[in-house]
Amino acid sequence: MSNRLVLFAPLLVFTVFAPVLWLALERDPQELPSAREGQLFPDFSLSQLVDASKTLQAEDLRGEVTLVNVWATWCYACTLEHPMLNELATEGIKIVGLNYKDDRAAAIQWLERRGDPYAFTIFDEHGSLGLDLGVYGAPETYLLDAKGMVQYRRVGVLDERVWRDDFASRYTELVLAEENG
Amino acid sequence: MSPEFGHVALIVGLCLAVIQSAVPMCGTYFGAPRWMHMGRSLALGHAVFVMLAFISLTAAFLTDDFSVRYVAQHSNSLLPTQYKVSAVWSAHEGSLLLWSLVLALWSAAVAVFSKTLPLVFVARVLSVLGMIAVGFGLFILLTSNPFERTLPFPPMDGSDLNPLLQDIGLILHPPFLYMGYVGLSVPFAFAIAALLGQQFDSAWARWCRPWINIAWVFLTVGITLGSWWAYYELGWGGWWFWDPVENASLMPWLTATALVHSVAATEKRGVFRSWTLLLAIFAFSLSLLGTFLVRSGVLTSVHAFASDPERGEFILLFLCLVIGSSFLLFALRGPAIRSRTGFSGVSRETLLLVNNLILITSTAMILLGTLYPLIADALDWGKISVGPPYFNFFFVPLSLLLLASLGVSVSSRWRHTDPSGLRQKIKLPLIASILLGVLLPVPMASWYDNSGYAPSAAVTLIFTFWVLGASLHDALIKTASGNLMKLPASYWGMLCAHCGIAICALGVGLSTIYGVQRDIRMDLGDSIILAGYRFEFRDIRQFNQPNYVATQAEFAVYVGGVLERTLSPEKRHYHAGGEVMTEAGIDAGLTRDLYVSLGEPLGSSSWSVRVQVKPFVRCIWLGGLLVALGGILATADKRYRRRRSPKQLFTGSSGRASYEK
Repeated sequence: MSNRLVLFAPLLVFTVFAPVLWLALERDPQELPSAREGQLFPDFSLSQLVDASKTLQAEDLRGEVTLVNVWATWCYACTLEHPMLNELATEGIKIVGLNYKDDRAAAIQWLERRGDPYAFTIFDEHGSLGLDLGVYGAPETYLLDAKGMVQYRRVGVLDERVWRDDFASRYTELVLAEENG
Repeated sequence: MSPEFGHVALIVGLCLAVIQSAVPMCGTYFGAPRWMHMGRSLALGHAVFVMLAFISLTAAFLTDDFSVRYVAQHSNSLLPTQYKVSAVWSAHEGSLLLWSLVLALWSAAVAVFSKTLPLVFVARVLSVLGMIAVGFGLFILLTSNPFERTLPFPPMDGSDLNPLLQDIGLILHPPFLYMGYVGLSVPFAFAIAALLGQQFDSAWARWCRPWINIAWVFLTVGITLGSWWAYYELGWGGWWFWDPVENASLMPWLTATALVHSVAATEKRGVFRSWTLLLAIFAFSLSLLGTFLVRSGVLTSVHAFASDPERGEFILLFLCLVIGSSFLLFALRGPAIRSRTGFSGVSRETLLLVNNLILITSTAMILLGTLYPLIADALDWGKISVGPPYFNFFFVPLSLLLLASLGVSVSSRWRHTDPSGLRQKIKLPLIASILLGVLLPVPMASWYDNSGYAPSAAVTLIFTFWVLGASLHDALIKTASGNLMKLPASYWGMLCAHCGIAICALGVGLSTIYGVQRDIRMDLGDSIILAGYRFEFRDIRQFNQPNYVATQAEFAVYVGGVLERTLSPEKRHYHAGGEVMTEAGIDAGLTRDLYVSLGEPLGSSSWSVRVQVKPFVRCIWLGGLLVALGGILATADKRYRRRRSPKQLFTGSSGRASYEK
């Protein structure tokens, strides 16, 4: 009898498993409603990528509307969005890098090669900040207001279209709100 | 040929598939041979109409018919002709059409090459294939019609094919991969037909084996091509990224590899019957799951296309229907499966079991890693990301375990292997591989700029030489004691594939351990020395192509003052989309690749440049091709053709006898 039940095992496993896929469908991975949205950027204390002696904290992200971009050298989609970040940086937008589960030397080389659009980069070697933040994978980009609140989150490549459709208006709004009051 | 013609052809094809899925199957229950015979002609007819649809879409691309939305989105009048053809399968709608075409061709192949199989069995197989074709046909017509027009105002020109995809790699990689993915539907259909007819004997395994092998060969070549394409086209010298889509192709491959081995045991010894059936179902289920992951956009990946919940729902529904019903059938019919038992602890069967366990564990591990973000998200455990560190942590030890057991398996025998004889046989290769593996990294350390002795290189070399040595040693013993020609092609196929795996492992290990890379700023005339090679930045120039402008640099590579090679990396600016692409300058060699790619311009004549020397990186793909060649050799074995001759069948093989009731 137990033998017969074993034969049902694949079916049972699949029955448990299929609803997960169904739930996944409901959610757009490009726009996961981050648990952090509308909350403060989590506290952290991590070194700066280029200058390991400097320690960075959540306060360093406040005072200005900021993009936090999660990247890594092992993430090849990051190389695709990098030119766009370079361009945004030249337009005067403050972008902070969050180097995620990476090797310091390799990451520095990576930036030297592709240009460094970041005001500074947080070096999150073991992914602790990423975990607190709820990082799904690299690349990801978070839009923070001047108080350090997460206003918007985007998973995946930030290209011209994404910027135009999803970020530009939110960004301008936040900057105007900051200037007016 | 107008796109509407293609659309109609697709609908006719679907109608034929509906009949194909129902009539032969019903025939098997009513005992109506005429109904069963219809399966063959229907499969061929279906293939012809899907082919017509595919040709008409290709024609729309070749004639720059931008009134077709799909063409306008993925082509451009300036695109070179060969890329207009490959653009057909560059995105969602077209690749699904290719999927359907490949499925139709496999069904047609089954219809043509199954003349000697029992009619009832063929009817069932073709009906199951017909059902899959109905699923995908509906999917295309209802959610992803490639023939949709944008009338009355078609765009003047198309928005161009993604330059990443304008490459020989894209022309070849998807068709091969799909041949493999979809090819797994044939063993799946065989398994379902076996469950329906309750026939699980060696004859079934023998009918199935060539189909499994061929699908597996295509999958192997497809993955190898994909990895090679990523290496030279993406522009930064990696060859595997543990991207969800890559995992989606690796999982069916690992399962199919397990299947290739377990079906061998089922054919030769009658063991693992239910396991083989289950693997056949698993392999195709995983290829469907891969399709779901890629097409629904539930996971982020550079391969992912625009996410469309409706499409995702459709595939998921189809997935549940196919997998759920086959598992249910398996559970209901399972008790009827009797495996012949009786093999001792030291035997080829045991080793195949170990091989299967390792392969399936690897598959499960990758499946978990790929889906973990989804599971965690659905259960609100927070969002957790899984990167290459996780996959490498599990995959490397499992692969080493696999290589270790592989060396023993070559010398093993069915049913029972004399342990002392086995020990005698493997002693020499074992000692030789350990000696060579431990000693070789000593000189290697100085060859590749790498100052210290690398223990990981020793491990790589020991395992590689162990597999190569054990295989060659066994071949030498067998050829010395008997006639060379007496050894069947399948034996040489096995050796070839096993050596291929070892060579691939060698490439993976050595290129990772000894590969050197520098990202530096170089002015015209500058030089850099890397692993004994001097790279000199000699020249930079611009030239025009129909659809892009290229900035091409020239690097001369010297070894000890002698010019070895000139490399020409490029940076291309595409007109239509404004994209910038990096084309690496690569000098390929068996023992090392020289790799230069251009980064950003830094001032008037200086550039950021990435220079790499990658030892043995070619072995990765060479190994992959050897594995595929092994599969071809094994399929070419005389035994399949001989046993299939009608005369043999009528003298009554065990399979036929049990089948006629």
